[in-house]
Amino acid sequence: MRPLLPFVCVAALLALSACGERDQAMTAGRHKSADEPWRGAQNGFAVKTWTPSDKVGWETQLRQRAQAQNEYNKTN
Amino acid sequence: MARMKFICDAERCIECNGCVTACKNEHEVPWGVNRRRVVTVNDGVIGQEKSISVACMHCSDAPCMAVCPVDCFYRTDEGVVLHDKDICIGCGYCSYACPFGAPQFPSNGTFGLRGKMDKCTFCAGGPEADGSKAEFEKYGRNRLAEGKLPACAEMCSTKALLGGDGDVVADIFRNRVLRRGKGSEVWGWGTAYGKPPNAETAPPAAAVPGKKS
Repeated sequence: MRPLLPFVCVAALLALSACGERDQAMTAGRHKSADEPWRGAQNGFAVKTWTPSDKVGWETQLRQRAQAQNEYNKTN
Repeated sequence: MARMKFICDAERCIECNGCVTACKNEHEVPWGVNRRRVVTVNDGVIGQEKSISVACMHCSDAPCMAVCPVDCFYRTDEGVVLHDKDICIGCGYCSYACPFGAPQFPSNGTFGLRGKMDKCTFCAGGPEADGSKAEFEKYGRNRLAEGKLPACAEMCSTKALLGGDGDVVADIFRNRVLRRGKGSEVWGWGTAYGKPPNAETAPPAAAVPGKKS
């Protein structure tokens, strides 16, 4: 039995090769993901109080701007 | 960071359309395409008129993503739903699927040819390099990559439209609701699932019809 084992394995590999299927969708392999915004925009409009590529600073910056929408912080 | 979200406070919106104007100006959106609109219900009925600003709500389980036949949508790490105009075929399925009417189609050419879909990007651009000219021409400004929030929310004069980290804007809105003397009927469990009638003053057992005392 032992000498037949490699042949059995090769035969099984060939027989099962059709079971796999590659992705044939139109969108297969397309790269859609956006860049990480905290890396900064390639223009001169980024806010000056934050250094591009500083992720924590970017999150802090956005949180502060979001709190600027809370006028209770200004009036009370 | 949590997911980016918009909330519009119907008690504050005065239908000024400042958000619409800010969006169109910021992204140089073509004529006929409105990424953001102000919708008014009970228009003209004194005391019952309410307005809200509507755009893409960047759904957590977005129906547009589910129905797109060419799979052009994707979601960023910040929870913003974006799409790739190079893949979009302008079929309009997303327009039928969206409950907010967010997908817009520029009509150009002699025969009203329907172009590629355009929608609110939460000022996060598209798959092109952040802040690049190509990104601006296809999707508008990428304010998130500039460390800013969407122009519509930041420009709102009454701060009816709030945009940003979902936890932060929800907290701002919750604070407002509490200051108005309201509770769960406008925020939280009561809004989502309702309350049983007269929950605080439950009728005595004898008063319930069909029940023996």
